[in-house]
Amino acid sequence: MIVASLAFYLFSFIAVISALNVILQKNPVHSVLWLILCFFNAAGLFVLLGAEFIAMILIVVYVGAVAVLFLFVVMMLDINVTIIREGFLKYLPAGALIGLILLFELVTVIGSWVFSPAAGGLRVAKTPDILITHNTEALGNILYTDYAYLFQAAGLILLVAMVGSIVLTHRRRPGGRKQVISEQVGRRASDTLEVVKVPPGVGLQ
Amino acid sequence: MMDIGLSQYLTVAAILFTLGIFGIFLNRKNLIVILMSIELLLLAVNINLVAFSFFLGDLVGQVFAMLVLTVAAAEAAVGLAIVVVFYRGHQTIEVEDINELRG
Repeated sequence: MIVASLAFYLFSFIAVISALNVILQKNPVHSVLWLILCFFNAAGLFVLLGAEFIAMILIVVYVGAVAVLFLFVVMMLDINVTIIREGFLKYLPAGALIGLILLFELVTVIGSWVFSPAAGGLRVAKTPDILITHNTEALGNILYTDYAYLFQAAGLILLVAMVGSIVLTHRRRPGGRKQVISEQVGRRASDTLEVVKVPPGVGLQ
Repeated sequence: MMDIGLSQYLTVAAILFTLGIFGIFLNRKNLIVILMSIELLLLAVNINLVAFSFFLGDLVGQVFAMLVLTVAAAEAAVGLAIVVVFYRGHQTIEVEDINELRG
């Protein structure tokens, strides 16, 4: 039990520190790397909560896909680091004020939180015993049956996002060589070939 | 102190959420850091959902967390595509220079 508590404090401490670094780093590349550390520690928190599948998905999707996408874009764009930090102090008071008010409100809500005695009866999908069904299996059991439509909707969202980002970033470059099938098929031998009679002793003039 | 309950997890999520909001306000120059802050916000929401799922013994919270993850990935892809297109046209991604819509 004490190991779990220590692991919780370790993971949450590193997660908060790295989140702080994400927003304070000068170089966007460092921000992305700190973001990856933050996601790893959040995955650790999820493992502590018994949600192994979400934890692994978090690592695969965020670290493997989203963070690498961020890295690509950050390195592709030529951003001047020194210019970017201008105005940092200008927005610090307002940002700090709003952040502190928000944190105060959230902690106030959390501090007085108690579960209603009736909350246990309102469970939609009770978590099965971990010794009988493990987390991934239990999640699959309800995801592919009760929440099949939501699952499909999620796939549709990803499809639309994929099509959208391709349409946004696709461009036709001038001067690029591109295969035009109709031109190739419509080509006749008479357009390009010419049979020339070469008289003997004269040659091709 | 050593007994980890729901409120500890909610506090961590609240701190991460606040840092995300803070990042949006602080980084008025770099659009990409703002997108990263949004990812932090969604991560905090996910921690909330999974924590409630665990302490209530209800798996639906984890299903919902997966959907939030999907939307976050889609949002990052489209957001970064917009950033790339904007950079191509304007050679800048400073938030203050982005006033095409006169907002």
